[in-house]
Amino acid sequence: MGRVVVDVMPKPEILDPQGKAVASALPKLGFEGIASVRQGKRFELEVEGEVTEERLAEVRRAAETLLSNPVIEDFTVRVEA
Amino acid sequence: MRVGVVTFPGSLDDRDAARAVRVAGGEPVVLWHGDDDLRGVDAVVLPGGFSYGDYLRCGAIARFAPVMRSVVEAAHGGLPVLGICNGFQVLCESHLLPGALIRNDVRRFVCVDQRLRVESTATAWTADYAEGQEVVVPLKNGEGGYVADEATLDRLEGEGRVVVRYVGPNPNGSMRQIAGIANERGNVVGLMPHPEHAVEALTGPTTDGLGFFTSVLHQVVSA
Repeated sequence: MGRVVVDVMPKPEILDPQGKAVASALPKLGFEGIASVRQGKRFELEVEGEVTEERLAEVRRAAETLLSNPVIEDFTVRVEA
Repeated sequence: MRVGVVTFPGSLDDRDAARAVRVAGGEPVVLWHGDDDLRGVDAVVLPGGFSYGDYLRCGAIARFAPVMRSVVEAAHGGLPVLGICNGFQVLCESHLLPGALIRNDVRRFVCVDQRLRVESTATAWTADYAEGQEVVVPLKNGEGGYVADEATLDRLEGEGRVVVRYVGPNPNGSMRQIAGIANERGNVVGLMPHPEHAVEALTGPTTDGLGFFTSVLHQVVSA
């Protein structure tokens, strides 16, 4: 079994109200010096067998089709040891 | 005139949409998300509520429902399709309409009687209104902020595909006050506000929403 991680983040130019809410809560709790927060999603995919190039390409397609909406989000795909 | 109303798990305005169709003079037809049969309807409404899979993004998984395969195909062929609220989100995720809907900039669920301006009557769902007419219908959403890149927004404006716009304070941070848009052909319309809740004096703030449902009936008759 191999693990592939897909990180999905709102595009920089897209407003992220969730991140903003978190950012405004931090100083209230005494956490200083954090200028901004962006909130995204992390998907951990367990794949059967070895993580081959083919399998990775499949995951990239899944990330583009379902896991992210390319209109508002960017994604990265990486293999986790 | 048969107008299909799709029920997804989590739909909650399907009955209201069906009722609006009936009040407008049409025959509502119940469609189930897991069934790809459109039952020969002349138009389809994707109602508001919450689609299964909203955990991921609103409408993201509903988009792949069997019924949506048929709706997308029929929409490309000219079938009138109206997506309201969650239905609008499903239409964007289906790529029948450009852009996307994100969490309200005010970070709260918004529920108000919303004033709108009808910007385009060149769609299957707005032909009964006058251009520039202002209407009041309920708005209720948590993820109703319409976003798209500048080029898409310019194209929508240039092609007259902004169908309705918010009047007054922007309720959810939608870019350029956009409350509803259409595809190029004008048969597919997505709306964040809820005209189906404004078709009867007893239960709605107005009956201003009725025009969306009468429009499609006239359109289909004249087609």
